[in-house]
Amino acid sequence: MTTDRRTFTLDGHDIPFDEGQSVLDAALAAGLFIPFLCHKPGYEAHGSCRVCMVRVGGRWQASCTTPAAAGLEVESTVEDLVAMRREIVQFLFTEGNHFCPSCEASGNCTLQAVGYELGVTTPHYPPFSPTRPLDASHPEMLLDLNRCILCELCVRASANVDKKSVFALSGRGPTKHLVVSAESGRLADTSFSADDAAAHVCPVGVFLPRGQGFRTPLGARKFDVEPLRVAALRRAGGT
Amino acid sequence: MPSPKLRVATTSLAGCFGCHMSLLDIDERLSSLVELVEFDASPLTDLKTPVACDVGLIEGGLCNAENVRTLLLFRRECKVLVAVGACAITGGLPAQRNALDVRDCLESVYLTGVGLEGGTIPRDRELPLLLEKVHPIHDVVNVDYSLPGCPPSADAFWAFFEDIAAGRAPRLGHGLIRYD
Amino acid sequence: MTEDLATIVARHRHDPRRLVEILHDVTEAYGFVPKDIITELASMLAVPRGHVEGVVGFYAFFSDEPRGAYRVLFSDGTTDRMGGSIALLERMRASFGLQGEETSRDGRLSVGTTSCTGLCDQGPALLVNGHAIGGLDSARLGDVMALIRAEAPLAAWPRELFAVRSNIRRRDLLLATAITPGDAVSAAARRGRDDTLAEVARSGLRGRGGAGFSTGAKWGACAEAPHEPRYVVCNADEGEPGTFKDRDLLADHLDLVLEGMTVAAFAVAARHGFLYVRAEYRFLFAHIANALAARRAAGLLGPNACGIRGFSFDIELRRGAGAYVCGEESALLESLEGRRGIPRNRPPFPVTHGYDQRPTVVNNVETFMAAALVARDGASVLRDLGTRTSSGTKILSVAGDVERPGVYELPFGVTVQRVLDEAGASRVQAVQVSGPAGTLLSARELDRTIAFDDVPSAGAFTVFDDRRDLLAIIEHHSRFFAHESCGFCTPCRVGTTLVARTMGRIASGHAARRDLVDVARVARVMAKTSHCGLGLMAGNPVLQGIEKFRPVFDARLRPDDALPTFDLDASLDKSRDVTGRDDSEAHFTEEVRP
Repeated sequence: MTTDRRTFTLDGHDIPFDEGQSVLDAALAAGLFIPFLCHKPGYEAHGSCRVCMVRVGGRWQASCTTPAAAGLEVESTVEDLVAMRREIVQFLFTEGNHFCPSCEASGNCTLQAVGYELGVTTPHYPPFSPTRPLDASHPEMLLDLNRCILCELCVRASANVDKKSVFALSGRGPTKHLVVSAESGRLADTSFSADDAAAHVCPVGVFLPRGQGFRTPLGARKFDVEPLRVAALRRAGGT
Repeated sequence: MPSPKLRVATTSLAGCFGCHMSLLDIDERLSSLVELVEFDASPLTDLKTPVACDVGLIEGGLCNAENVRTLLLFRRECKVLVAVGACAITGGLPAQRNALDVRDCLESVYLTGVGLEGGTIPRDRELPLLLEKVHPIHDVVNVDYSLPGCPPSADAFWAFFEDIAAGRAPRLGHGLIRYD
Repeated sequence: MTEDLATIVARHRHDPRRLVEILHDVTEAYGFVPKDIITELASMLAVPRGHVEGVVGFYAFFSDEPRGAYRVLFSDGTTDRMGGSIALLERMRASFGLQGEETSRDGRLSVGTTSCTGLCDQGPALLVNGHAIGGLDSARLGDVMALIRAEAPLAAWPRELFAVRSNIRRRDLLLATAITPGDAVSAAARRGRDDTLAEVARSGLRGRGGAGFSTGAKWGACAEAPHEPRYVVCNADEGEPGTFKDRDLLADHLDLVLEGMTVAAFAVAARHGFLYVRAEYRFLFAHIANALAARRAAGLLGPNACGIRGFSFDIELRRGAGAYVCGEESALLESLEGRRGIPRNRPPFPVTHGYDQRPTVVNNVETFMAAALVARDGASVLRDLGTRTSSGTKILSVAGDVERPGVYELPFGVTVQRVLDEAGASRVQAVQVSGPAGTLLSARELDRTIAFDDVPSAGAFTVFDDRRDLLAIIEHHSRFFAHESCGFCTPCRVGTTLVARTMGRIASGHAARRDLVDVARVARVMAKTSHCGLGLMAGNPVLQGIEKFRPVFDARLRPDDALPTFDLDASLDKSRDVTGRDDSEAHFTEEVRP
């Protein structure tokens, strides 16, 4: 244990960090919240959702992929930054088909919780209304791609944790989409199991266990009980 | 001298009136509300046509031509237009048909569905034609504020009215923004 | 005769890093990449099937759906459009009874579009099964259609159709200096590694790809990075609409490019080089392969290259596959490693963790040429030209509304007006420098200069006269970014499509004030929060357009606060049709304007 831990500042607060830690992880560990979607503590930083944008010495950067370094001056809770994060969340709601009232993941959904955190009340932009498939081939789990936000957490979990590589991405830009690694494209034709890490990492409602809908009533779910900010800081603080 | 009451109009387009029900759920605060506002066109007054209102509350999305015409009328007559509830804001439940072809929908319902024989698709000019897709209201008009939720809670409605009556920009605090 | 998959995979040594090459060969053999071939290929390469499917789905030149025996892709570059490419495309589709991207029922033909193919000075252009045909007009398109109707095999088409001519109009330092192959490398060897690095740094050479990073600093960092082996990569993936100079540099000055790569390899102690060329330049591949073979035969590549004992270096030609984003250096590296071209997170940077996570120098074609001259003649060869911060010359691809389109080499610091005078331009409304990601200049800014600290350029220089519809051009550029976004990060993936759609409504006169506010806001979000240069620059056409041509926007906007974002009346088409109604209630008229 080093005694003279080095620090950077976040909105003027001194944040200590360990070598190799990102600005995001160090901030969370120090009890300061920066919202994020595609990151999962313990997974390699991804940098794709861009919700955790901060300004480092005046430069806009994703805090999850920015290594903490002594003396950095980081801005986070500044109105123009928060406005940008709000826009990005609106983009995601605009891009997919997010109908929360009928979604089994509502209340447990991180996209929704980030929206609440940032005060998003509308997607604002004309919806893309994409036609996306629902894969009901697997006996244990439904795959509803309408909600997919392309964060690749399931891709990464399946490849790196489960060592199965059941999921991948195809297309690009507006046609980018999640694919199941089988010639049929069906989840049933893979080695996927409901016990996989990939089955439990989705921040939205793509992975739905069959035969157990709405066990917890709306209003009593994860982020209904505990706002995202509190939950994330509790997890990072290890309490 | 008391300031004049806000004239408020409300309507439900492609909605279920659940948002209106939630508005009534403000319970005893209704009596305070009528001190602040006066209802113009609304299912509550059974008046159909808004005239020179301060606030228009729109429940439901745009499913057919009549929805669009009503919305345009409200936009014209209301200084502040508010999208109320998931359907007005995103298209909501009716928008679940957007993955289907509207022609297939009509044919399946009136012509080819199980048990149908010799059916016809209604073509009365009294019946509004369906839009190809269901749209949120911001696809057609400028929307000033949104009250999300299915429905927005009574507290959210109340907070909104308190703000707007006090001349503040409505802002939903924590716990009042919900999408479900 | 269809080549067997096993033969193809064996030729590529079962190396999954060569996946893009393998998929080119599979496409050549089968016309597309069939789904069962994807499965088999994944198993042969011992990679997940989804990986192969994802790579097929990423690159525009690959498809897992059958396409026509003749696959015609009209180049959809800015200047192709200015030359009437859309009318030609529509004529061809009509002539064969095709609608949209579909393949003809007999499987003979599919007709689509592809991003700018780099024949901007001799367009409009198209690709037939990857082979470029330029100079399209009504007669030439007629010839192409007749050959397709006659089902003539491509090999039997007149060679003249496929002729692409180099078009160098002005030569300065790089294009006028003759060099004996091997001389620059020998000079570097005499000077030694450290002094060569120092000389390149002293020359002030900055990357010609647009960003302008110091080449000396880049090489120095790579040379100091501890891991072996090191790599040298030449980025010849020029995809910026309006640029075509690398095409002519590779055609006419390839030896100087290869010389520069070899100098870099010597300076950083690299053993292997890649020349990554966009697949649109298929007409150059045989020429490049021959040049590489000739250098090997002459001892300029291979063991003890250029006669330097212990210096072993060779260069491999690699093809892109229709992805503009692969011009971004880390996306290019991903492509070289057989993956989707997604730009990497940085740090670490390619100089320490590049190809195969090893130290790698990635430079532009033109940068290597300049480096070769510096190695041979010393830093002053660049220092004596250009400006203090931008030494040497810049090679520009001048096209659009000019009398003499082509490649022009001019010293840095040259004014935009001077370039216009060289190429012959009048009634200039705007100049797009460095393509849609670059700078849109108005006619009031023609005294600005081509230089890193004024108007930097990766090569494109496209001129629009006052008869052009600037809003249609901005819309087109916005659609280009939506088509080419890799889709990795949210702001670019969603923002480019939002901007393209909104610009479409603005350009067609169906937009109001709200749309202008929205499109500018989305463009700013992309400019601040995107993951890579593509997204960071994708808002430029809109933001610069609004800044410099606001009256043009205002004149096209309707006087409403907001208008419907879709065509209300058209949205009743299907319902009207299926009910047979045509009464007044079944239409939206002027009432749609609140």
